[in-house]
Amino acid sequence: MSTTPVTSAAARYTGQSVHRKEDRRLLTGHGQYVDDVAVAGTLHAAFLRSEVARAAITELDVTAARELPGVVAVFTSQDFDGRFGEAWHTMLGEELQVPPPLAITDVRHVGDPIALVVAESRYIAEDAIELIEVDLDMAEPVVDFATAGADTDHIVHGAWGFPSNNMVEVPFTPLSPDLDAAFKDADNVVECTIRQNRYVCVPMEGRGILASWSAGREELEIVCSTQSVHETRNFFGRYLGIPEGQVRVTARDVGGGFGQKMFMFREEAAIVLASRLLGRPVKWIEDRRENLVAAAHSRNELGTVRMAVDGDNVIQAITVDHIADLGAYPACPAIMNHQLLPGPYKIPRLGFSMAMVWTNTMGKGAYRGPWMFETTAREMAIDHAARKLGVDPVELRRKNLLSLADMPFTSPGGNTFIESTPLETLEQALEILDLDAFRREQAAARSEGRLLGLGVSVYIEPSSMQAPGLASEGATVRVESSGKVVAFFGTTSHGQSVETTMAQIVADQLGVDYDDVTIVQADTQSTPWGPGTGGSRTAVVAGGAAREAALAVREKVLAVAANVLEAAEEDLDIEHGSVVVKGTPTKTVTMRQVAAAAYRDADALPPELSAGLEATARFRPQSFPTWSNATHVCVVEIDRDTCIPKILRYIVSEDCGRMINPQIVEGQIYGGVVQGIGGVVLEDFVYDSDGNPLTTTFVDYLLPTTTEVPEIEVGHLETDSTTNPGGFKGMGEGGAIGSHAAVANAIGDALAPLGIDVLSTPLGPNDIHRLMVEAGAA
Amino acid sequence: MNETVVSMTVNGDQRTGNVEPRKILADFLREDCGLTGTHLGCEHGVCGACTIMLDGRATRSCLVFAVQADGSDVTTVEGLAAGDELNPVQEAFRAEHGLQCGFCTPGFVVSATAFLDRNPDPTDDELREGLSGNLCRCTGYQGILRAVRAAAEATKARTA
Repeated sequence: MSTTPVTSAAARYTGQSVHRKEDRRLLTGHGQYVDDVAVAGTLHAAFLRSEVARAAITELDVTAARELPGVVAVFTSQDFDGRFGEAWHTMLGEELQVPPPLAITDVRHVGDPIALVVAESRYIAEDAIELIEVDLDMAEPVVDFATAGADTDHIVHGAWGFPSNNMVEVPFTPLSPDLDAAFKDADNVVECTIRQNRYVCVPMEGRGILASWSAGREELEIVCSTQSVHETRNFFGRYLGIPEGQVRVTARDVGGGFGQKMFMFREEAAIVLASRLLGRPVKWIEDRRENLVAAAHSRNELGTVRMAVDGDNVIQAITVDHIADLGAYPACPAIMNHQLLPGPYKIPRLGFSMAMVWTNTMGKGAYRGPWMFETTAREMAIDHAARKLGVDPVELRRKNLLSLADMPFTSPGGNTFIESTPLETLEQALEILDLDAFRREQAAARSEGRLLGLGVSVYIEPSSMQAPGLASEGATVRVESSGKVVAFFGTTSHGQSVETTMAQIVADQLGVDYDDVTIVQADTQSTPWGPGTGGSRTAVVAGGAAREAALAVREKVLAVAANVLEAAEEDLDIEHGSVVVKGTPTKTVTMRQVAAAAYRDADALPPELSAGLEATARFRPQSFPTWSNATHVCVVEIDRDTCIPKILRYIVSEDCGRMINPQIVEGQIYGGVVQGIGGVVLEDFVYDSDGNPLTTTFVDYLLPTTTEVPEIEVGHLETDSTTNPGGFKGMGEGGAIGSHAAVANAIGDALAPLGIDVLSTPLGPNDIHRLMVEAGAA
Repeated sequence: MNETVVSMTVNGDQRTGNVEPRKILADFLREDCGLTGTHLGCEHGVCGACTIMLDGRATRSCLVFAVQADGSDVTTVEGLAAGDELNPVQEAFRAEHGLQCGFCTPGFVVSATAFLDRNPDPTDDELREGLSGNLCRCTGYQGILRAVRAAAEATKARTA
């Protein structure tokens, strides 16, 4: 639905669902994840972790553990005292230091690491954990984040002298001068409190690190399950006070991340310190219980949303009073983006308050769309408003949504949206659904007493943000002496198919075959610096770098070929890896011959031509962020006897601009959507009132399986972005952003005839049953 | 701890090792045989990433001790392709984008291969049920279900 961006070569691969370069090795069992890397003499690590939420450590005796044959070392906090320096990430800044790796005086959540055993095998390390004696003086923990801020009797970080559990508190702040008047003059004011449950990333490969400190070489080699090898290198350079050049980090294959592996945390730091102190390679592979209990948690936010609605059902203002649970030690304070609360709507006025509170639970980290509670809060509140006002939630959205014709649009949060199609995606999704037919079916179902509901969720996503370090990506493209191409990226792919999509772009710009391009990433010693793979940014930012570097090499190829062919550069083109004189197909030179002229015979090049066929580019988008948008539509039927919500249809209409690889785009959408579905109907990380986690295995923490997922239908709109020459928009997180509210709203619509007002998640069978009992309908 | 000699056929090769009785089969395959395609995703028998074929049956190698597999015939993900030629399930996963990060993939490919061996022409419900013992966090199972359906079709067409 828009013009083609300027490309210098025919787009043979961009836009095509070419087969992934990653697949052959992964399908045949030849991927290389961190635990697959074997280094001679490697020791294996296990952590002793707190089994209580809040306690003082009164005694810690590791003598028996140290004496167990096969144990090489047992570390407590004292052993690491003074051994590490600055502990911060480029993206998060110096203010957010990773806490000391092991608990010092007290434990502050279940899973808090207390001691580290390093042994000849993981089996022995775990045996030794059993031999550590620890005495704890238990105290009453802070578990409920909704009341934690006001609790002055129990302070999570009291030992550090903090007077309250509020890490950050912002009083109500109107972002529009006439906000009060809008509420005073409104025909209707609708208010509700939306609560989103705690659910977690759960990459199928947990965290893991193999750290090898060589005292002789003064080098630290790290293989890590991470989303950013360069951020990892920066972190440990600072942590050990050594130049980054002495730290090498690689991550050939990473088994999922979803935000959880964006940053280093206490365990990785402990392993690096252990390796440095022992001078031997030390490996820690997180087990599933550790991953569930002690890897960064997510979501778990609540917000009281108020909307001023006029007599024409135009939303005139929206506000939120927001509280987010950070747990005890947040990996990053990834919370709702208040500026985005009005989302893709024309809502002209905004205000918010917020509190980020500490609790004695696992700390918060990023999870696919870390700011996404703005979507959940708004979209569930809009459905609540529709119920209160007696209007169709679809019509309420139609009335208030932005469309392409409204662009550019500056929202009261200060965001200026461009090239976005919220209303258009709603209409496309409803067309795929056939809304009229559904409403007829729903009316018939309701007359039979069946609980059939429709949920809609519309969002706009700030992909490719400019947060510290995120504004640029680099790429180096080189035609090797064989004529084949290698391209180096600062990315660290963990499922995003970066080796494929970047090769598509490089091949198109350079005019070579896709199979002739190899992508190298996730190795700090050979690739340009990059902040990591996350934030829906690789297509836009790394894609821009790929294009610029490939075009620069293309210029070099043409210049050298012009010299070889004795032709003018402007008369040349590159086709399938050969340079041809346009209109004279017999006059041609292969890339291999060009490479020979550029490298082996460089002495014969005219002085104005540079030797070699290599270029590095660092790309920065024209503006930030690159807006991406979508509508999710979900149809649910709830079984009145079992209370099981079954998803009958799930539709996504999305606009991520020009697609590099449609199959990969859809794959990203599917995965995100199912994570959101899981977070509503199956997944819920639960603590009891004493701060004990109750969902510590896959038997208790339920992930969706093939029997619960619907067939997901996807519609595409391709409105080119102008922030980057490829016209791309990021989309990796969107599926997870839109789906939670769509599913919750569908369940809410199904239950509405029973007088139930759905305002919180999770909504599994037990939750639905409770709501039905409360409504007298079960 | 005392070690015991175990011997088994793995992907057609005879493999022998000294293991502690508590060593799980997955660790024997990964550490003693160097076959790291078998992944451990939960170590409590739910995620299915460690699925291998033990005497022809799909089995979670995190729930079997290596000593229990003594004398058995084991096929891991590394044993599915014939040289450079992927098996029909692997080929279909590639065509249908049935994998992203790839960590769960070996377990899925082995499970699906064993499932189709038993039930070459499954209904959709049977297929979903048959694959429900493996967890994937990336794909939402869309590409996986398409792939296994396509593999069933391809196998049917080849044998028809």
